[in-house]
Amino acid sequence: MDTVKQSDIREGVDRETVETVQSMAGKYKHGWETDIEMDYAPMGLNEDIVRLISTKNNEPEWMTDWRLAAYARWLQKQEPTWAMVEYPKIDFQSQYYYARPKSMEHKPKSLDEVDPKLLATYEKLGIPLKEQMILAGVEGAEAAPADGRESERKVAVDAVFDSVSVGTTFQKELQKAGVIFCSISEAIQNHPELVRKYLGSVVPQSDNFYATLNSAVFSDGSFVYVPPGVRCPMELSTYFRINAENTGQFERTLIIADKGSYVSYLEGCTAPQRDQAQLHAAVVEIIAEEDAEVKYSTVQNWYPGDENGKGGIYNFVTKRADCRGDRSKVMWTQVETGSAVTWKYPSCILRGNDSQGEFYSIAITNNWQQADTGTKMIHLGRNTRSRIVSKGISAGHAQNTYRGLVSMHPKAANSRNYTQCDSLLIGDTCGAHTVPYIEVKNNSSRVEHEATTSKVDDDQMFYCRSRGMDEEEAVALIVNGFCKDVLQALPMEFAMEAQQLVAISLEGSVG
Amino acid sequence: MALPQAKHDATEARLEGLTRLPGGAWLSAAQDAALGRFGAMGLPGRRDEYWRFTDPATLNAATAPSAALMTITDEAPIFGDIDRVRLVFVDGVFDAAASDDPDLAGVEIERLAEAGKTDIHWSRDVYGVLEARGQTPVRRPFAALNTAFAQDGVLIRVTGKAARPVHLVYLHESETSDAILHHCIKVEQGAELTVLENGPGAARFNKVMEVDIADGGAFHHIRAQGRDHERRAMTHVFARLGEESLFKSFTMTANGVLTRNEAVIEFTGDNASAHVAGAAMGDGDFHHDDTVFITHDAVNCESRQVFKKVLRNGATGVFQGKILVRPGAQKTDGYQMSQALLLDENAQFLAKPELEIHADDVACSHGSTSGAIDEEALFYLRARGVPRAEAIDMLTLAFLAEAIQEIGDEAIRDEIHTRLEAWLMRRRG
Repeated sequence: MDTVKQSDIREGVDRETVETVQSMAGKYKHGWETDIEMDYAPMGLNEDIVRLISTKNNEPEWMTDWRLAAYARWLQKQEPTWAMVEYPKIDFQSQYYYARPKSMEHKPKSLDEVDPKLLATYEKLGIPLKEQMILAGVEGAEAAPADGRESERKVAVDAVFDSVSVGTTFQKELQKAGVIFCSISEAIQNHPELVRKYLGSVVPQSDNFYATLNSAVFSDGSFVYVPPGVRCPMELSTYFRINAENTGQFERTLIIADKGSYVSYLEGCTAPQRDQAQLHAAVVEIIAEEDAEVKYSTVQNWYPGDENGKGGIYNFVTKRADCRGDRSKVMWTQVETGSAVTWKYPSCILRGNDSQGEFYSIAITNNWQQADTGTKMIHLGRNTRSRIVSKGISAGHAQNTYRGLVSMHPKAANSRNYTQCDSLLIGDTCGAHTVPYIEVKNNSSRVEHEATTSKVDDDQMFYCRSRGMDEEEAVALIVNGFCKDVLQALPMEFAMEAQQLVAISLEGSVG
Repeated sequence: MALPQAKHDATEARLEGLTRLPGGAWLSAAQDAALGRFGAMGLPGRRDEYWRFTDPATLNAATAPSAALMTITDEAPIFGDIDRVRLVFVDGVFDAAASDDPDLAGVEIERLAEAGKTDIHWSRDVYGVLEARGQTPVRRPFAALNTAFAQDGVLIRVTGKAARPVHLVYLHESETSDAILHHCIKVEQGAELTVLENGPGAARFNKVMEVDIADGGAFHHIRAQGRDHERRAMTHVFARLGEESLFKSFTMTANGVLTRNEAVIEFTGDNASAHVAGAAMGDGDFHHDDTVFITHDAVNCESRQVFKKVLRNGATGVFQGKILVRPGAQKTDGYQMSQALLLDENAQFLAKPELEIHADDVACSHGSTSGAIDEEALFYLRARGVPRAEAIDMLTLAFLAEAIQEIGDEAIRDEIHTRLEAWLMRRRG
């Protein structure tokens, strides 16, 4: 546990901060495993596996063909090497691409029929799959509803266990509002017209190496459709759990917010503690039509590997939103604390005039974790706006990179971008890097980029100390402030979990 | 690793027609090594990370695209009023008649073409050495090509504080010239030198300057890349800084269809300081690229990058700057600013300001902004009776001022300022 040696810690960084950062890797809370009988597809990847996954999901022919086309393209592609991450070469043939709990062979008709072991798994993770239950951690919110919201905040959950969705809560209530929220495999069955229209329209089948792999072998994920003018009556959430060994998880999420609609979507994920690294390659596509707004929040807490860098999840994710309609808005918020390797760039294509994209990120890496994450804001429409706030905290031997693109196309007149990337280093064996790409092709747009890398600022320390705070309090306040911009952007359900995870928010010690 | 066939062929074609400068033992060895490096890297392409914003096609071409000559009659030669030692190269060929006698106390000046013939020379510790160090982690094939095929250059060893600057003048008199020059400058302990440079050099000009600064040494570099429109320039400055040394470089670029200025700076001694700055003004098919890589491998060093570009009429400005702080390079103070002023709709600015930091007790920051002229400031000036065109020039000059401020010598700073002002006026008509 002594990866950040006491001697390496600079003066001024509070012990508690350091300890909590350390504890995150050492005491991974969700590292247990559910003992459950599984159905695997044979190990390895070939055309038959792709067909098998498609058959298991009872997919129509067009879907099978779509997957096969992706697989053919994947064979041509090279694994990308430009990210500032290093990991042993992945053997794509020694993985399982499909794993399903035996009990899920016949889809249960309701949550009551779901294997109790599965329900217990989610219970243990603090994800209630019983309707009417309120997410753990927000009891306080129930007692004192802030800003006049409903006292019972409901969250509909789609729970994905290895390759399949085990159940989706509140479906009926959502149906009343016209919102479709189900697993993507169900959507392919029940709403093929929507899936066919939108799948791959934001992240094309052969977008990049991992997205292409996902297009070929994705097994489940969530599907959301919010009809015109509807404000989704509750938060939607997906909880991903990797359980089986040597199994990659490839989920696909498709969110469509039709004209004038609103939806807030939360994503959480955990995995058992294992010595073998596991692969997770997801694709998320968001479509925002005219005046629609989508909030997408992630608390990524995959198993990060142990303190010697053994095991952990390789998290290679492609997330992209297309703000197709005028005045549409997409907001990405992410708290990245887990995974051994993260490669993730949630992006916005700001196609509609006056559309907006926002990206708030906290990425914490400790021990031997590596994160290369950021965003792309592609301004195509007039008067489009984007805002990027990224906070990277690096400790131990970790490497943390912000990589982003802001592109103003010639026709994106009067557009604005503001980017801020801050990095905080704890200990002298870690690294923090910033790789922004800025492309401005018209003069009426304004682009501002700022980045800083520092330890806890001396001036701020002095300011606080001169007002009578002791050192510990001062550091607590400053480090807390470092992440606050992003924490505030999270929905309440996640803000709680995120604060615990970030654990750098030291409210308690400030008293 | 073998190059792909197409790249291999293009690389071979590029080498055809190039001849090595006949040299003694040290130069031949350096040339051999550089040719090996170049052969392994091959020519760059648009898919190379460091060439994504700038198309190297005309630099890769086996023959230099021709460039019309520009005769300037409406202004006196730059740095004309400064007491200096003037050395003239015409299309890459040394012009002894036009040059001053290189007689400067504390400074030895030799020509590469001459000194290269000897078997032992101090510059063997510099020539191609700093260039080779600068090849990782980013490849710079044109610098290796230069080391292998440079036709001439100056080798300057500074042992005291030079009383006058050395002024390198690069004239362009042939429309198809393809010049390769390579300079080495060794600033010994506590010594100090200022080098001035100006002129287009050739239709296509590949220039490398290696500067090795010993402890306590200081080197100032001021360069004016002039008004020639059609010229192409690919330049590299490689600098290695010893303890408590100082390196300052400023470049003004007023035109040119392609300019790529790379600065590769490495701190090897503690408490040193490096400032790199640039002011560029471009119009039409102007393409200007500043690529800077600063490696901090010592404690308590300061680096500062300030790059300003004024672009109009389809002009493109590129900035790729990187600060790399190696493990243990504590107390590093790194600052990097790149800004573009886009005077009309067609101009574009492409930037990649990077930080890579492996030490915790550092203060590194970078900023990059891009936008049109501030309408409020313009309104303020107009309301006080300043005509629009003049007001825009005033604001443009103010925008460039931060970069010009990086020049330490007051007389030179004023000279640069006056030039920029005159150029703006002339453009106004």
